Formats: sequence, C-alpha cells, structure tokens
Amino acid sequence: MSDYLNTTTTDWYKQRVIGVLVCVLTAFAVLTIRLFYLQIIEGEELRRLSESNSIRLQDIDPPRGLIFDRTNTLIVDNRPSFDLGIIVKDAKPVEETIEKLSQYTGIPAAAMMDKIKTSNKLPAFKPILLKSDIGRNALAAIETHKFDLPGVVVNIQPLRHYIFKQSASHLLGYLGEINPTELAREAFVDYKAGDLIGKFGVEKTYEPFLRGRRGGRQVEVNATGQVVRVLKTVEGHPGKNLYLTIDHRIQQKAEELLEGQAGAVAAIDPNSGAVLALASSPSFDQNIFVGGLARDDWNMLLTNPYHPMENKSIQGEYPPGSTYKIVTAIAGLEEGVLDETTTVHCPGQYRFGDRIFRCWKKGGHGKVDLIQAIEQSCDVYFYQAGQNVGVDRLAWYAKACGLGSPAGINLSHEAKGLIPTAAWKKRRFGIDWQRGETLSIAIGQGYNLTTPLQMAVLTGAVANGGRRYKPIIMNKIQTADGEMVVENKSEMIGQLPVSAKTLDLVRIGLRQVVAGEKGTARGSRVEGIDISGKTGTSQVVGRKKNSDEEEEERADHLKAHAWFVAYAPSNNPQIAVAVIVEHGEHGSSAAAPIAREVIKTYLLDQKSIKEQVG
Amino acid sequence: MFDRRPEQYFDWGLLAVTLLVATIGFLTLYSAVSAGATTPAKAFYIKQLIWYLVGLVCMVITILFNYKMMDRHANVIYVVCIVLLICVLFFGKYVGGSRRWLALGPISLQPSEMVKVGVIIILARYYAKSASTSGLTIRELCKPVIMIMIPFALIVKQPDLGTAMLIVLIAGSMTMFVKIQRRSLIYIMISGLISVPLVWSFLKGYQKQRILTFLNPDSDPLGTGYHIIQSKIAIGSGMLTGKGYLKGTQNALSFLPEQHTDFIFSVLAEEWGFIGAIALLVLLMILVAWGLNVAHSCRDPFGTILSVGVTATIFWQVFVNIGMTMGLMPVVGVPLPLVSYGGSSVITSMICIGILMNVSMRRFTID
Repeated sequence: MSDYLNTTTTDWYKQRVIGVLVCVLTAFAVLTIRLFYLQIIEGEELRRLSESNSIRLQDIDPPRGLIFDRTNTLIVDNRPSFDLGIIVKDAKPVEETIEKLSQYTGIPAAAMMDKIKTSNKLPAFKPILLKSDIGRNALAAIETHKFDLPGVVVNIQPLRHYIFKQSASHLLGYLGEINPTELAREAFVDYKAGDLIGKFGVEKTYEPFLRGRRGGRQVEVNATGQVVRVLKTVEGHPGKNLYLTIDHRIQQKAEELLEGQAGAVAAIDPNSGAVLALASSPSFDQNIFVGGLARDDWNMLLTNPYHPMENKSIQGEYPPGSTYKIVTAIAGLEEGVLDETTTVHCPGQYRFGDRIFRCWKKGGHGKVDLIQAIEQSCDVYFYQAGQNVGVDRLAWYAKACGLGSPAGINLSHEAKGLIPTAAWKKRRFGIDWQRGETLSIAIGQGYNLTTPLQMAVLTGAVANGGRRYKPIIMNKIQTADGEMVVENKSEMIGQLPVSAKTLDLVRIGLRQVVAGEKGTARGSRVEGIDISGKTGTSQVVGRKKNSDEEEEERADHLKAHAWFVAYAPSNNPQIAVAVIVEHGEHGSSAAAPIAREVIKTYLLDQKSIKEQVG
Repeated sequence: MFDRRPEQYFDWGLLAVTLLVATIGFLTLYSAVSAGATTPAKAFYIKQLIWYLVGLVCMVITILFNYKMMDRHANVIYVVCIVLLICVLFFGKYVGGSRRWLALGPISLQPSEMVKVGVIIILARYYAKSASTSGLTIRELCKPVIMIMIPFALIVKQPDLGTAMLIVLIAGSMTMFVKIQRRSLIYIMISGLISVPLVWSFLKGYQKQRILTFLNPDSDPLGTGYHIIQSKIAIGSGMLTGKGYLKGTQNALSFLPEQHTDFIFSVLAEEWGFIGAIALLVLLMILVAWGLNVAHSCRDPFGTILSVGVTATIFWQVFVNIGMTMGLMPVVGVPLPLVSYGGSSVITSMICIGILMNVSMRRFTID
C-alpha cells in the first residue's frame, strides 16, 4: 500500500520543478547583486585602476644551480646581468626618452628604436628588451638620471658564467632559449617562451635539478611605471647544486695537452666508474652562448672542420687500432686457440690466401709469445689469433667487454660504436663476410668503431680485475642550503668474460708495453709510477695495409689516428685513461705522452692529498 | 486519443532565445579576439561561426527522433562516453598541463563535454524508475553514485577539475530534484564530512596545491589570483553604460586571460556596462526558466527529469562561469554556454537545447 501512496505523479513533479525555479531565481539574484556591486558601487575605483593598468606582475627568476667538481671547486656559477628595457606605454614621448637614454649610456638610439619597432606585438605594459647585459657603468648612468627616463626599466637577470673558459665545454654543455617543440612537452610545463634551458651536456641532463622554481610579485605601479607598492610576493627557489666526479685540474691538464690538435681524453676511476676527465678538442667557449649566440659565432662553430661542437670523447667513433688487441688476446685465451706458451714467428708479413697482410714492423718481430706480442704489438701474432677465433666469436667477446653499445654515461648523444659480425655485414651491404676481413678486425681495423669513453671503461675493467662500471659524472646533488637531494653510487654493469689467469696474462703484457725493453710505449715511462697500457694506430682511409705509402709524406687528413689506453699504478690501479689524437699517426709518440701526463697529474695530486690528510 | 503531430508544437520561443544569446556571444567573441589581437583573430570567429552551424545541425538531429529513444539506449550512450574518456587518457592531446582533447583527423573533441549529456540520460532513466515521493534511500543511491564516480574519476585524472565539479553539480541537482530520504541525506552529509580529511591525507603535495588554488585564487597571486583581479577590474570598469563596443581596454591590452573562452563575460561587461551585462543575464535566466517550464509541462517522468538535467547543465555553467569572472566562484575552465569560444561547448549546449525542444514538442504524444 505504501508503494501506491509513494508513487510519483505528474503533479508531484510539477511541485518539485517550482522548487527548482525558486533556487534558480535566487542564484541569478546573487549574480545581479554582485554585478551591481562591482559596476555601480565599485565602478569608479575599478575604472581608475583599469585606466592606469596599475596592477602588474613581475617575475622573480631564481638563480640556477651551481656546478662544482670533485674537489669542491666551483666551475659554473651565475653573475648578474643588467637588462635594459622600456615600457612604451609609460615612456611618452618614446623618441625623446630613447635619445636621452642613448646620451647617458652610449647605446645607439637607432638600434633601440629598431627593437621597439620589431616588438610592437607585445602588450604595451610589458617591457621591451632594448639591450641585455649593459654593464655596471651604463647602469650607474641610468640610475642617476632615473627621473629623466620615464618607462625605462633595468631588470637584473642571473646569467650563466663558466669560470674556466673553454674548459670541459662539451661535458658541461650550455643553455639556450627553449624552443616551441620543447615548450609543448609535458616535462616543460612550468616553462614559458624565452626561458633558458640546458641544451647540451650536464646542463641538459640535470636541467630538472639545476633549474629552480620561478617566483613573482604582484605590484601596483604609478603613471610612470614605477612600483608604488608590492601587493603580493611568491618567493622563488634557487636551483640545486651539482657536484661532478670531474677533477678540474686533470680536465684542464688533458685539454692543455690536446691543445692545437683534434682529439679526446677520457679518464675514469677504475674502482668506481667515476669520470675524472672528459676532454674533447678543439673546444668552444660556452660563455658565448650566454645571452644569445651571434650568428657568425654559430656558423664558425658549425663549419669548423675539426667539429668543435662534437664531444669526441663520447660521440667520436674511431677504429680502435691495436688497442683492440686486448680483446683479441682475451678471446684467443678464453677460446683456447692460444695460451701463454703459444709462439708465432713474425717475418713482417702474413700470407692469407693470395693476399699478404703486413706487420707494422717491416723486418718482423721474429719469434714472439703472447706477452711479447702485446708488448711489441705484433700484428702477425694477432692475425693468426683472430683467424683462429673467427669474426663472430671475436665480436661476442668485444660486446661482452662493453664495445658496440653506449657505455651508459648520463649525457645525450653518446655514440655506440660498431662491432661487426658476419650477419651484420650481410644485412648492411648484402655481401658475405670475407675471411680475410677477420684479420683486419683482429688488429682493430676494418669496420670496428669505438669511442674513447668505451675504451677507458674497458681499460678500467682490465685494471680492476674484470668489473665493468657504468661511467658516472655526478657525485651528488644538494640544495643551496646543503641538504642532500641525490647521492650517486657506482654501479657495476657487468664482468669481463675472462678467467683470472687470462686477465693476469693480458695485464703482464700491458705492463710490458711501457716497462718492457721493446715495449711500444717505453718512451712514456715515468719515474716512480708503474703504468700499464696499449698503443694503437688506426688507419683513416683505404686501409691499404699492403701499400708502401707509409713511408711517404701523407696529407694531414689522411694520417692515422693515434690511440693510447692505460691504467696506473699497475698493481693498484687508481686511474684508467683512453686518449685519441686524430691524425696523430703513432700512438706511442702522439697519444701515450698525453696519457702519461694525465696519470702523473692525478696520482701526484692524490699523493699530496693523502700526505695532507696523513 | 489525440493524434497531434510534434512539428505543430515546435518551440519557436526557445529557438529565439537561443539564437539571441548566440548572437550576443558571437559579437562579444568578435571583440574579444580582434581588440589588441596578437593571434589571427579571423580564424577564431570564422571557426566559431562554423561551430554554431554544426551545433544547429546537431540540434535538429536531436529533435528528429523521439526523446524516449534516449531512455531505451541510455546504457549504450553512457558506455560510449566512458570509452571516449578512457581514450583521452591514453591518446589525448597534451595541451597546457592537461590531457582533455581527442584528435579525430583535423578536428579535436573534448569528450568530457559530451559526457555530461550521457550522465544526464542514464540518471534520468534510473531515477524515472526508482523515484518515489518518500525520496531515495541509501541503497537506491548506490547505483547512481557509481554511474557518476566513473566519469568523475576519469575527468579528474585529465585533470579537468571544472568539468568534474560540473558533473557532480548536475548529477547532484537531478538527485535532489527526485528527492532523497531525509535520513539518507543526513547520512550522506555526515559521511561526506568525514571523508574529506581522509581523502585529503592521501593527496600529493601538488594535488593539494591545485585544490587550494581552485578554492582560493588568492593563494596563487601570480596566476589565477591575478586573473581574478584583472577580471574584476574589467567588469567594474564597465560601470553603468560600458566603454563601448570594441573599446574595452582591459581586453585590448590582453590583461584578461583566455578572454575569448572562460573570461568572455568580463569582455562583455567591460564594453557594455551594467546594462549590457544585465541584458545577457536576463536572457540566460529566461533560457533556464524556459527549460524548467518544459520540465513542468512534461507528463512523463523520464522527460521531466531529463529536462531538469539539461537545464541544470546550462544553469550551473552560467552560474559558475559568471560567478568566477566576478570573484564569487573558484577559477575553473567552465565555459559560458553559447557565448564562450569552443566547438565542444557550443555543440553540447545546442544538443542540450535540442533535447529540451524534443521534450517540449512531444509532451502531448502518447506512445
């Protein structure tokens, strides 16, 4: 029965609708009252505010995070830039004001008028930038004549400052104005047009930490655009400070040694993977990117034949040359095609089918065993080893040693190099692998490509007993107040595919390269430091190993690249280095001395630090 | 029985009010995009004109079939809406901090706009069957709450707090309209009060910040807080008679944010003053009252509740949007129906009015 009583009827609904109508009318009454209040009661005051456009917003840009090296030396900071601007609406008459401004500061009036003309799309109450970074003298002149210059504003902006000019430019990177594609991305939601963001290197990788949070002020201004009072302020937060693993002294030493040549140095701590130096030459001055790069400067950087913008230590791909014999030796020992007693007679050449493959030493090395072959870099010994291992097994070992894929450093554009296999060649060129090509591969020529950083990581792993570490460049990130945000730990990414015995043999060979009577790098011995290493020379064009060209004078750009990979001290390695000098011809003469000096600088520093602590 | 043809009862009055509001909207939009233009203004008003035409076509389509079809196909309509919302989360275009748009070839849709209609239809169907004069019990409310929460959660995720809030307001209005048992109402209020701090404790910092800004624009003096100040200055500076058409200075100097969408009322009030603003307000009030009149004269519960639902949609958008420009309401992206720029909004509003016309035309037909 109650169901019947409770059944809704048309009349019941009609009543409910009337109730709704009452609510709606009340709501409209509220809106009307509010409208009346704003337009009629407050109208005059609000009209006044609208006429002077007096409530404005000003940005407070927070300073970007500082960058330190491993010794806590400041390497990147910010300096104030005084940016001259004008608010056209407040600066009537504009021409006269600009004339005066030009008189006081010496900035040509025509240039400033041009800026105003090209910026006429901006809302009239927003300052138009006349000239950035005007310097303290011009600032003082403007401050003195402030009341003579209506609408003229000076905005203080923090500017990026790279303290060691031209040093670690590739590693640190640079800033640039955010572009529309970046702006549209989810990661850049807090950014607005005109903001600077890291475009390259560490500045790019750690952008989210280095950038602080923007603040701002709501201000009321008077008729000439001067701030009368600050209504509300939201403080900005400065960016986080970055502590790199780089040692700026080694970095600078490496750069000094590369001066005038094209090449790269990668140095790491073999026990943690921490990158101690990552140098690439020629370099560029990042300070020219600050505040906008002139077109001429940019063109010069782009057209320079030595590619200063390329970070050769991670982007440069070179045939590893004889440094690759480390891999061939490992593969030969592990696959059992040779052992410490295996000897080969080197007559200076190696006949394979109807082809002759030469050893770098014309007269030959005579009878050599594995240790001697590494020490003297005998090509014939490794031709044979490579031939017996075969291209695909060799490639497996190379890849297990970390070659052919990026070393994994936290920087963009890292190259992965190339380790060829028979299948790869078929895929790439549609041609079957020629067995003779395996011989070139075995001594690091042919299709093989590696980056200096990959070679440094490999050398580090040989040095530390087989542990492959991911190269890291950041030690820690802290807030401006010193609070820890991120603490980086070393990360092992693999093991060399070797037994302890194999590694010992290779290490003895590498030690002989420097220490041995016939070692190819015996010229780079240092008193008191026991260095192990391997030289390398990689042919640039043609790979005409059989031609007699070598004796002739070659054009510079056809000269071979010089390699040296090394670690020291031999029994307790603290540093592993890979050096490449483009067209440096001989690893022993062009690259090894650089590695030696880098090692010396680091180990002596370490020693002095220890002594100080002790 | 009478056999009256629905065409005879076409609601010409409702059409007239609609076209009048749209005309005012278009004129204001023209001013909003051409004064102090930094963007190609022509593209805006031509596009909007196309949207009006598309909206009219949609309105006509909505009128053609009997609204009772909606009753029968409510579930399908609802599921399609939910699927579209899920698509937005996965394939939606990312614009200005949220994912709301679904690109279909050259045009972009905002499914959350269409979802409002879907929710209204399915609620109308449910309430028409379960309503009783003693009001809904808690048990009877479970189903509609789920129906509302699914689209609500999906829209919050985008995030589009404005539309999410609107859906709750519309659904809440419909529910209150069919009456809730007094005891149930008290329970709901108490559990609501308890759950607020609970939910709050689960939110992340930025989510809390977003809600705080939403409720109190002053806590964001550089963003919405500033916009509200500028909007109030624009409206107030219109005074009694306004600054004149195309002469709004706040508008021309781009002081107003989104002056062609969310803050279009500020442009109108600045240029036409109290007289112009009241005129639009009265027209919108007539539109809402007309909708309620349709609900009042309909003899079928589904039709009545449906009409109340679409009228609530128009009403809440008007109230929230205009309230926001005058600093009475939280700042959310709720467009002013038929006035603000935007295809999805215009089309949805036209469909809502089409539904009202449909019900109005067929109130005498008996099936």
